[in-house]
Amino acid sequence: MTGNESRTDKYFGQALKRKEDPRFITGTGNYTDDIVLPGMLHAAMVRSPYPHAKIGGINKESVTGMPGVVAVLTGQDIADAGIGSIPVGWLLPELKTPAHPAIALTEANHVGDIVAVVVAENRALAEDAASMLEVDYEPLPSVAFAGAAIAEGAPVVHDDVPGNVAFNWEIGDATAVQEGFNAAYKTVKLKLTNQRLIPNAIEPRASLAQFTPASGEYLLYTTSQNPHIHRLILAAFVMNIPEHKLRVISPDVGGGFGSKIFQYQEEVIMLLAARLMGRPVKWTARRSEAFVSDMQGRDHETETEMAVDKDGKMLAFRVNTLANLGAYQTLFAPAVPTYLYGTLCNGVYKLPAVHVKVQGVMTNTVPVDAYRGAGRPEATYAIERTVDAMAHALGEDPAEFRRKNFIQPEDFPYQTPVALVYDSGNYEPALDMALGMMKYPELRAEQERMKGSNKILGVSVISYVEACGLAPSALVGQLGAQAGQWESSLVRVYPTGKVELFTGSHSHGQGHETAFPQIAADELQIPIEDIDLVHGDTGRMPYGWGTYGSRSAAVGGSALKVALQKITAKAKKIAAHLLEASEEDVEHENGVFRIKGAPDQSKTFFDVALMAHLAHSLPDGMEPGLEATAFYDPKNFVYPFGTHMAVVEIDTDTGKVDLRNYGCVDDCGPLINPLIVEGQVHGGIAQGAGQALWEEGAYDEEGNLLAASYMEYTMPRADDLPMYQIDHTVTPSPHNPLGVKGIGESGTIASSAAVANAVLDALWHECGIEHLDMPYTAEKVWKAIRDSRAGMGQAADD
Amino acid sequence: MNVTMNVNGKPYTRDVEPRTLLVHFLREDLLLTGTHVGCDTSQCGACTVHVDGEAVKSCTVLAVQADGMDVTTIEGIGTPGDLHPLQTGFWEKHGLQCGYCTPGMIMASAELLKHNPSPSEQEIRYHLEGNYCRCTGYHNIVKAVQHAAEIMAQGGQAGGQAADD
Repeated sequence: MTGNESRTDKYFGQALKRKEDPRFITGTGNYTDDIVLPGMLHAAMVRSPYPHAKIGGINKESVTGMPGVVAVLTGQDIADAGIGSIPVGWLLPELKTPAHPAIALTEANHVGDIVAVVVAENRALAEDAASMLEVDYEPLPSVAFAGAAIAEGAPVVHDDVPGNVAFNWEIGDATAVQEGFNAAYKTVKLKLTNQRLIPNAIEPRASLAQFTPASGEYLLYTTSQNPHIHRLILAAFVMNIPEHKLRVISPDVGGGFGSKIFQYQEEVIMLLAARLMGRPVKWTARRSEAFVSDMQGRDHETETEMAVDKDGKMLAFRVNTLANLGAYQTLFAPAVPTYLYGTLCNGVYKLPAVHVKVQGVMTNTVPVDAYRGAGRPEATYAIERTVDAMAHALGEDPAEFRRKNFIQPEDFPYQTPVALVYDSGNYEPALDMALGMMKYPELRAEQERMKGSNKILGVSVISYVEACGLAPSALVGQLGAQAGQWESSLVRVYPTGKVELFTGSHSHGQGHETAFPQIAADELQIPIEDIDLVHGDTGRMPYGWGTYGSRSAAVGGSALKVALQKITAKAKKIAAHLLEASEEDVEHENGVFRIKGAPDQSKTFFDVALMAHLAHSLPDGMEPGLEATAFYDPKNFVYPFGTHMAVVEIDTDTGKVDLRNYGCVDDCGPLINPLIVEGQVHGGIAQGAGQALWEEGAYDEEGNLLAASYMEYTMPRADDLPMYQIDHTVTPSPHNPLGVKGIGESGTIASSAAVANAVLDALWHECGIEHLDMPYTAEKVWKAIRDSRAGMGQAADD
Repeated sequence: MNVTMNVNGKPYTRDVEPRTLLVHFLREDLLLTGTHVGCDTSQCGACTVHVDGEAVKSCTVLAVQADGMDVTTIEGIGTPGDLHPLQTGFWEKHGLQCGYCTPGMIMASAELLKHNPSPSEQEIRYHLEGNYCRCTGYHNIVKAVQHAAEIMAQGGQAGGQAADD
């Protein structure tokens, strides 16, 4: 069909159902493991069963005669090919960065570290042989926990990281904080563990590589949130491939949550194997491999202290954190517990002084990097747990204690004591809406009524702010980022008036294929059906940096907006020329370009697009075509905020916690598509609630992962969660052309703290328990209730 | 060894290794890649299909165990032009984000609606507790199934090949 139907409605803000869904609901999506290339081989990884071991001999002959086996690759093959260490993408001052080879050569440093690879005719044969490969290991002393790893005489993970300390980092004014404590009316102190989490996107990672010897070109299909970053790292730092000879495609990707940001070992191995074998090679993770090889999240041991004056106004907040980085430092690992954490420890409060100290510690565990929220859930948890403890200490209502310490609307832009300048905010309306929506006074009354029974109620009110929309490039460059953080967009208009948008952002569930065309349809004033989005292919898009840090709408969407404005500016010139009018006399309204005051004199978008390509009559000197690219570098982060409330019911006989209700009011600026925004909030809440109630990537002291499958790692299921109550306030960001903030991570950033505080609210009201670490399993809660009652002189086992 | 089964109404015979799982048979031998694999312990439900009308996690069944049976996959219950009410429900209610768990969710839900045409929220949640979703927090999945139940109650037919017959 040629041309565009006329339209007058606006798409921005509409809860449109998603354009991408027909393929997903009919089973015709195209995920990496679905792709089959002619002559394709399969690889299986041989992974260290030890947390720390010297690798002795590897007897390749032990499997080379097995059916279907084509090759065995070891660390020596990586070294012989001149392949470099996988680099760290964010450097802190004096950061120690131990080598991270694609296949371990001399030493395995965590359970799951790759020590060899078997390539065979099919996956089953590859896995058969991988299970039979003879590897001599000499187990070495190992350590799993950050606190233990910095103790005197602890096993050393890497010889070039003495004492296992990779970095020491601090932000804020320690002296000013001490002055705050000196002047304090009251102080509280908490010791918090923010446990290790395992992201668990439901699609396991997969990679498929192909090499074309005649041209020297590589093609890599991989489960990535950011194919350009993969290409850059692989080409420039690891494989030494000319960047234009490597095409990286992330087709449909089944969830990321941060775990598909990093350039992984297996991707290097597939590229090398494809070159060496002369055939395409695929690897798809089993879930058991994902548990010991996907980047993990959180794992902080933290002490917090807060000081307030006699009016309950906050004076100072001090945070001291040990961050477990695992066995290697990966792409964003050093930034997550520092710039994405310490800078957020101010929360939503007018805090005169904040100081945050973080020590990054290496252990014999799977590396830790960004997981949904990446540093900000940890910050929210640290500050919001402490705020509740202080409210208890002061005998104040936690909602009102927060309210009186909020940064006020007239304070924005607000400079915090920990570097950030919050762009815009208005915290009280979100708090009030949440309190009203959840009927807070009634909940407190119900809590009183239930007190002393075997079902007790806990209610929380937490307020958060986060920094996302990563990121102003010059700023993050100063802070150590080894990458730009702008985004690009290309808008290509075809002669028929149909439009393709290209973005460097990547959608792995976020609905870009709908939200981006919504922005474009308004700007171009054509039906959304005439617009499609292309993403995830370095061979088709301009440069970009992918999707993480809730950046797609604020940065990628802004890039799109700027590119669209270039299109409409040129289109208007062409229309004016065709209408024989001056450009100033032409307006673009209701889907047509028309002469002001002469509505019958008009040209459609299709008329303009066609003439741009026919070029039979264009303004003097104008280039043919209708296509524009924009590169957009944000001026600041964006700062979504809101109030979340959780209501839990605890059975004191069994310790079981039931998340009864959850409500939140978020502010992410204007909503492009409310359906998508709410979906993001729902999923975020579930992941944060998962951390609070069930999930724990538990290791033993030596670094053996105890929760290494879905049999042991407990994620929320449908019958564990309630329906959520959701609302929004809208405070636009003043510094991007759409006014949008981010929403992909807010739910998770707020909800682990919200659910934790609700559980502790119940336990504090009932038994005076001030703190208990997540996850609040029935066993842990039951024991805490029993111990507190024993301490109060009741029988321990009643 | 040879296995023969009707998949989405079409007969197939293939020579497979005895250890081949049904999910691998569907994905690799028949190239029906709509059925996904999310774990290796039968916990996630992404691989749910119908075998002789019963929802089954196809990673826990050998292909040879389905010999002679009727198998329905996500590709068989509706097409883009003729969606099953559950496919419509998931689309209308934003019951999916990344789409990876969706085929399993739809196939598991189809079994529920077959036995219980108007399930309560709790019945839906309980029935789907064998299917992990990491994106949606389940809220819109519940609404999607409720929506499908309403469509079916109003006489909306299963699209494509009838789901279970």
